[in-house]
Amino acid sequence: MDWTWFHRLASPPHIYRVAGTLTPWFAWPAGLLIVSALYAGLFLAPPDYQQGEGFRMIYVHAPSAWLSVMIYGVMATAAAVGLIWRMKVAHAAAASCAAIGASFTFVSLVTGMLWGKPMWGTYWVWDPRLTAQLVLLILYLGYMALRSGIDDLGRADRASAVLAIIGVVNLPIIRYSVEWWNSIHQAPSVMKMERPSMPFDMLAPLLMMLLGFTLLFAAVMLVRMRAEVLRRERGASWVKEVVS
Amino acid sequence: MSAWAGVLWRDLRLALRRPGQVVHPLAFFAVVALLFTLGYTPELGKLRQIAPGVLWVGALLASQLSLDGLFREDAEDGTLEQMVLSGQPLAALVLGKTAAHWVITGLPLTLMAPVVGFALGVPVAAMPGILCALALGTVSLSLIGAMGASLTLGVRRGGVLLSLLTLPLAVPVLIFGARATELAIAGEGLIGVLYLLGSLAVLALTLAPLAAAAAVRIGLE
Repeated sequence: MDWTWFHRLASPPHIYRVAGTLTPWFAWPAGLLIVSALYAGLFLAPPDYQQGEGFRMIYVHAPSAWLSVMIYGVMATAAAVGLIWRMKVAHAAAASCAAIGASFTFVSLVTGMLWGKPMWGTYWVWDPRLTAQLVLLILYLGYMALRSGIDDLGRADRASAVLAIIGVVNLPIIRYSVEWWNSIHQAPSVMKMERPSMPFDMLAPLLMMLLGFTLLFAAVMLVRMRAEVLRRERGASWVKEVVS
Repeated sequence: MSAWAGVLWRDLRLALRRPGQVVHPLAFFAVVALLFTLGYTPELGKLRQIAPGVLWVGALLASQLSLDGLFREDAEDGTLEQMVLSGQPLAALVLGKTAAHWVITGLPLTLMAPVVGFALGVPVAAMPGILCALALGTVSLSLIGAMGASLTLGVRRGGVLLSLLTLPLAVPVLIFGARATELAIAGEGLIGVLYLLGSLAVLALTLAPLAAAAAVRIGLE
């Protein structure tokens, strides 16, 4: 098999060009999907028989919760690639993931709280999922703090990559231990409710939103990655040509 | 004598010459319990309810105190570099240093827990269970801490960052440890939770030295 495409990915000017070409291919579908899914979710989908109009929060909440975990996976994979093959571009990709992942985690927490107010009567309960999400946010913050705490770029890259991989081993343990912790304190309640299968006109906007958010993440990551590559290569001659 | 035992022995002898390293975390542990008592209530019945949390959060924070120096001092005077160059498996040497950290902080904290627990109204019958839980839990805490300490080698003032990195990783240990303590106080069987704590310790014992060794190499580059 021809591996040159893989090796070319390691070249900063090449990845800068590729990322620039790909960005609109992700950004436009993301924009279209999100706008149409918002319309479908907020106006076309019927209100829930139990939660009324309040359930519409799911169209922002669930996709961001899904992304918060997925982005961590992407970040750790990129970090592992960078650590194993000493690929600087992969480290740049991991670095550009962290802030996006933290933002989506934050959004999922805030929307969860806003949703919790009408449904549970309070903004915050120590629900296992909310708690695990909070720990995930702290992990993201720790990753970013470690990255910015080390002055030397190469060392910051590799140390934070090790941390990201440690996090991958730990996240499932944290999630399950938190679930176990709460399930022994609190009898099965709201969240344990058997989820009724969603009718199609409720589910379709959700799936569109999931895809749209994922594409949005890809587009934002590509933009951030270009900026990160430029920042790292600021001494190189190709950057001068690109910028001027 | 194998290399890791040599490192363990050396770190223990160093600690003996500075007894403060052993005493300070213990004093901190006692002060945390005292502060909880002063801030909450002097009633033993109520204190007994929060005793698991106080014991574990106190032990967790106290064992984090001495972590920053785990690798930093040896990195500054060049000892760590010699260890990396020695040709011995670095993970084993890191394990030796971590074992020394556990003997210096984890073990004394475990032994002191009954005293603190007694002050919080924990019945004497619960002490064996609490001792077992803390002995297993502090092993994981030392190993998790070693990962954090090695990762922050390159950070100039890494103390706060170190806690930010290690505390979320210690969440499962805290949950199972506090649960075991709760069961011990209630006089119920806690062997299942002890198994879970033990498996966490085994997992940390297997993976943490490798991760910490990788981080030490990165930190010394």
